[in-house]
Amino acid sequence: MSDNGSQFWTKEIDTQEIAWLHLDNKTGSVNTLSSKALKEFEQLLHELEQDTPKGVVILSDKPGGFIAGADVSEFTQLENEDEAIEYILFAQSLFDRLETLDCPTVALIHGFCMGGGTELALACRYRIAKDDSNTRIALPEIKLGIHPGYGGSVRSTKLLGPLAAMDMMLTGRALNARQAIKTGLVDHIVPERHMKNAAQQIVLEKPDTSRSKLSHKLLSHRLIRPIIAKQLRKRVMRKAPAAHYPAPYALIDLWEKYANSEYMMKNEAKSVAKLIGSTTAQNLIRVFFLQTAMKEKGKLSEFKARHVHVIGAGIMGGDIAAWCAYKGLTVTLQDQTPERIAPAIKRAARLFSKKLKPSRLARAAMDRLIPDTEGNGIEKADIIIEAIYEDLEAKQQLFKSLENRVRPDTLLCTNTSSIPLEEISSVLDKPERLTGLHFFNPVDRMQLIEIVHSGNTDDKYINDTSSFAVQIGKLPLKVKSSPGFLVNRVLMPYLLEAAFMVQEGIPATAIDHAALDFGIPMGPIELADKVGLDICLSVAEILCKHLGGNVPDILNDRVTSGNLGVKTERGFYEYHKGKVVKPSNDKPTIAMHLIQDRLILRLLNEAVACLREGVVESEEMLDAGIIFGTGFAPFTGGPLQYLHTLKLDIQEKRFNEFNEKYGGRFQMDKGWENLLC
Amino acid sequence: MKTTKRAYSGKPVYIIDGNRTPFLKADGKSEKFSASDLAMTTSRALLLRQGFDASDIDEVIFGCVMPGPDEANIARIIALRLGCDENTTAWTVQRNCASGMQAIDSAAQSISQGRADLVLAGGTESMSLAPVLFNQLMVNWLSSWARSRNVSSKLQTAFKFRLAMLSPIIGLLRGLSDPVVGLSMGQTAEKLAFRFGITREQMDQFSLQSHQRLANAHDQGRMKEVTPIYDSNGHYYIEDTGLRRDGSLEKLARLKPAFDKKFGLVSAGNSAQITDGAASLFLASESAVKKHKLAPMARLMDTQWAGLDPSQMGLGPVHAMTPIMKRNKLSIDDIDFWEINEAFSAQVLSCQKAWTDTEYCQQELGLKEPMGFIPEDKLNIDGGGVSIGHPVGASGARIVLHLVNTLHQCDANRGMASLCIGGGQGGAMLIEKTEGTSHE
Repeated sequence: MSDNGSQFWTKEIDTQEIAWLHLDNKTGSVNTLSSKALKEFEQLLHELEQDTPKGVVILSDKPGGFIAGADVSEFTQLENEDEAIEYILFAQSLFDRLETLDCPTVALIHGFCMGGGTELALACRYRIAKDDSNTRIALPEIKLGIHPGYGGSVRSTKLLGPLAAMDMMLTGRALNARQAIKTGLVDHIVPERHMKNAAQQIVLEKPDTSRSKLSHKLLSHRLIRPIIAKQLRKRVMRKAPAAHYPAPYALIDLWEKYANSEYMMKNEAKSVAKLIGSTTAQNLIRVFFLQTAMKEKGKLSEFKARHVHVIGAGIMGGDIAAWCAYKGLTVTLQDQTPERIAPAIKRAARLFSKKLKPSRLARAAMDRLIPDTEGNGIEKADIIIEAIYEDLEAKQQLFKSLENRVRPDTLLCTNTSSIPLEEISSVLDKPERLTGLHFFNPVDRMQLIEIVHSGNTDDKYINDTSSFAVQIGKLPLKVKSSPGFLVNRVLMPYLLEAAFMVQEGIPATAIDHAALDFGIPMGPIELADKVGLDICLSVAEILCKHLGGNVPDILNDRVTSGNLGVKTERGFYEYHKGKVVKPSNDKPTIAMHLIQDRLILRLLNEAVACLREGVVESEEMLDAGIIFGTGFAPFTGGPLQYLHTLKLDIQEKRFNEFNEKYGGRFQMDKGWENLLC
Repeated sequence: MKTTKRAYSGKPVYIIDGNRTPFLKADGKSEKFSASDLAMTTSRALLLRQGFDASDIDEVIFGCVMPGPDEANIARIIALRLGCDENTTAWTVQRNCASGMQAIDSAAQSISQGRADLVLAGGTESMSLAPVLFNQLMVNWLSSWARSRNVSSKLQTAFKFRLAMLSPIIGLLRGLSDPVVGLSMGQTAEKLAFRFGITREQMDQFSLQSHQRLANAHDQGRMKEVTPIYDSNGHYYIEDTGLRRDGSLEKLARLKPAFDKKFGLVSAGNSAQITDGAASLFLASESAVKKHKLAPMARLMDTQWAGLDPSQMGLGPVHAMTPIMKRNKLSIDDIDFWEINEAFSAQVLSCQKAWTDTEYCQQELGLKEPMGFIPEDKLNIDGGGVSIGHPVGASGARIVLHLVNTLHQCDANRGMASLCIGGGQGGAMLIEKTEGTSHE
C-alpha cells in the first residue's frame, strides 16, 4: 500500500488496478503543496513510473476542498532568485512527469481548488468537479503579485484558449462548477454520488482528449498574439498600473513571447522567480498573511449566531440584515414602519438574485429575512445589531430597553460610527457588554468590520463579536473607541486635504488622478461624492471637534447649496445616472507629486497618530485595517509598511514646508520618530 | 337532517394565536405572491411572537384549492421553508371555499385524538396565479411532439396542429363554476335572491356596509391581525387592497350584473372579490399549553359540515350552524358574534332570511320553529368577503381568526363562524373565548 511515514499522500490500488492518490494534510486543516507534500508526491510518481497502473485518480480527503494552492509561507523563505527558480522548477518537473505518465490520469475536484492545486489538475489528462455551490476553481496567484508558475500559464492557455485562461489568471477570480465546465476547465461536473464512478469510468474508457479548438489556435498564432496582448494590457492598466503591479504585465509578456514554444515552461519559472522577490509580491503576500491573522481573531471564541436582530432598516441596517441572511442566518429586521423596511427588502432581493443560484436558494434567503416592526425577534436573537440614526439619547434608550429583554448571552452591538461607545453603554447595568460592530459601505463588498471596544468592554464580548464577523465572512479589526475609530479617522484628513486643494483652485480631476497614480483605487473627490458630502461633512465636524482641525468652507458650501454628490447628481463632479461626468483637460496648477505628498502625508500622519494612541493593537493590524477598509494600495503593504520606505529627515522637511505654506494642519505627529528611527 | 355528535370528544382544543396577510385584490397590477409565499409571510411572523420554535410544531395543515405547479402538498413546503423539523408531518386539505376551516377542523381532530399537540393550521390562496391550462387537444399534441424523435415524424406532428389547440382553459373561471349542476357560483346566488326576494338595492346596501365596516375596523385598530407583506420591488401592503372607502349606492347601482348578464341582480360590487391571501393559526392541546406556557385565546368547541342542493349552495351556513345550535342547546341570543363568509351579499342576506322562514326551517333544517334573525350589529361587524375579498383557500381560516379577535376586542364569550361552499356544502365552528391575549 503506502508509505507509513507519509504526512500527505496515501496510495490505494483498487480492484480495477486504478491507483487512487488521496491527499490529506496531517499537519494542517487544509491541503497545500508544501515542499514536504511535493517530495512525497515525487516518491509516489517514482512508484507509478516503475509500476504503471491502469490509471491514476488524484483526490482530496479533506471535506472542505481539493487543494488550496502552494504553501505561501515557503515563498517568504526563498532567499534569492536562484533559490526561487529551483523551487519552482522542482514542482514543474513533478507536474511534467504526471502529465507524461503512461496511463490516464484524473483529478477529482471538490470545494476549493486554487493556484498550485489547479495546476496539478491541469497536468492530469482529465478533470472531474463536484456539481455543487462550494466548487471554486481559480488561479489567484496574481493577488499575491506573481502568476502561475507550476505550468499553469502554459497548460491553461492551451486548454481554455488564451482569452478565457488570461481572464482567469489576470483577475484571479474563481469559477464555479457550471463555469468550469463551460470554459472546458473540467470535463464533467457530477453530484457527489457519482464522483467515484465517473472517475473509474473515465479511466477505463479513456475518452478522446483532442480539445484544441480552431479559435484557440488562431488566437495563439504569433501574428495575432501581439494584438491580443495589447488589449489585455489596456484592460489591466485600468485597475493595476504597471509601476505598482508588475505581475500581470509579466504574464502577458510571457504568453506573447513564448506561447506554443518549448521554452514557455522555463520562462514561466523565471518570470515567477523574479516576481517573488519584488516589493509588490512581498507586500501582497504580507497582506495575505494579515488577512489570515485577522481571521484567526475570530477563533478566540466558539460563538456562532443563528438569529440576528437588526434595528434600523436604513442603508446600513438593511444591507447588514441582507448580508447576514445571505450568509445563512435568520434575520429579523426592525424599524418603526413598513415603509422604512420595504426598500431594504428590495435591495436584499436584488442581492440574493445576483449571488444565489439556483433561485430556490435566493428564495430561502428571502424566507430567512423577516421584517419585524414589532421587535418580536429581540427575545430570539443571539446578537442584536443597532443601526439607527446617530443620536446618543436614542441609542441609550434603545439599549437600556433591550438589556433586560435579551438572553444573558446575547451580544449587544452598535454600528455607530461617531458616538463614543462608553457614552452609549453608560446607561446599562452591564456596560462591559456593549461592543461596536462597525460595518463599511457597501456591506456586500467591504470585508472589514471594526470591532470597537472601550476601556471597560469585557474581552469575552470582543472575542464573540469577532467570531461573529468571521462567521459572516468578514474580517474583524479590534479598535479602541475613539473618534472615527481607525478607518474614518485616517481617511478624513486625506479627504479634507483634497477639498482644501479644490478650494485653492486645483482641478478635482488632477487630485483624483494623483491618488490613482499613487495606487489608491478611487480618488478622494470621487469617493467623497460617492459617500455623500453631507455625511462627509458631519463626520468631519465630529472628528474636528474631538481632534482639532478645520472643515474646509467649500464642503460647507456644497452641502448648504444642496450638492451632496452622486445622490443629488452633483457634488464636486456632476453625475448622470450614477456615472461621473468628469470635465476634460483641466490643467493642474501644481505638480502631481506635490498633490500626492499632501494627500498621503495627511493620511500617514493620522495613521501614525492612531498607532501611537493605541487605536489598534499593532502596525500590522493598522495596515490590514486601512487596506481592507479603504482599498488603500495593497501593493504597498499598507500605509505603515509604506512609511518604512521613507526617510525621516526628508519627511520632516516636507512637513515643515507644507506647514509654512498651507497652515498648521501639517504638524508631524510624535509617532514618526518611533517608527522611522 | 342528521344531528350528529359534537366534534372533538377527546381532549380540548385551544386556539393560541393567529394572523393573516392583507388580502390583495387580484387585479393584475402589482407583483403577485404565490400561495406558499403568502403562507410563509403569515406563519413566520406568527411563529416569531410565540414562546416556542418551529421545531416544536408537530404538524402543519393548510387549506389550498389552487396550489401552483411547484406547490404539491403546499403544507409540507410551508413546513420545510418555515424551518420545522424534517419529521414534522404536513398535509394539504381541500373543501373548496371552506378549505381554511377544514384545515382548522383537521388540526383540531389531530389534537383531540391525541395525535398531535401543537399544530400550525391555516389557509392560503393565490387566485392571481391560478393556472391557465392547455386544453386536452393541445396536451395530446405536445405529447406526440415529444415522442417524435426524427425530423420526418416531427414534420408530420407539426402538420397536425390546429388553432383550436391554442384555446386556453382559464382555471379560475372553471373553479368558480359547479360542473354538476352547470351554474356559476354567482348564478346560485341569483337563485337564492329569487327564492327569498332579495332586491338589488338590498345587496348593494349590504355591500356598502361591508366596506364601511372594514374601513372602520382598519382605522379603529380592530384589524391588528393583519401582518404587513413586502414584495421584492420596494412595495408593501398593510391594508386589504379591495377596500373601497369611496363607495356609494349610486356607484354600486351602475355596475352591470356579472353572472346573469342581461337581467341579473348580482354584480361584481355586491360579490366577494377575487383575491390573494393567507391566514395562519396555532392550535394546541392542553399539554402543549402547559409545556410552552401558552395563553390560549379561545377554545374550539364544535364543528359541523353539512350538505345541500348545489344550486343553492349559499345557504350552506344555516345547514351547518343549525345542528351546532341544536346539540349545544343554543339560541340566537346565546351567540355574541357571528361571522358568515360573504361570498355574495345576496347569499348572506338569504341565510338571515332562511333562519326566519318557518317553512324553510321546518322542511329543510328539521327545526320546529324558525331559529330567528341574526342581528345586524352582531354579524360581520368588521366587514367580510365582499370588502375584504375571498381567497378561497384562506377565508375559512380568516373568519375563525377574526371571530377570536372580536370576542377579545369586544369582551364577549361565544362566537359562530360559518361559510357556504361551492358544490353545495356548509361549514360552521363554535368558538368560546379563553383568557389569553394575542401577542401583537
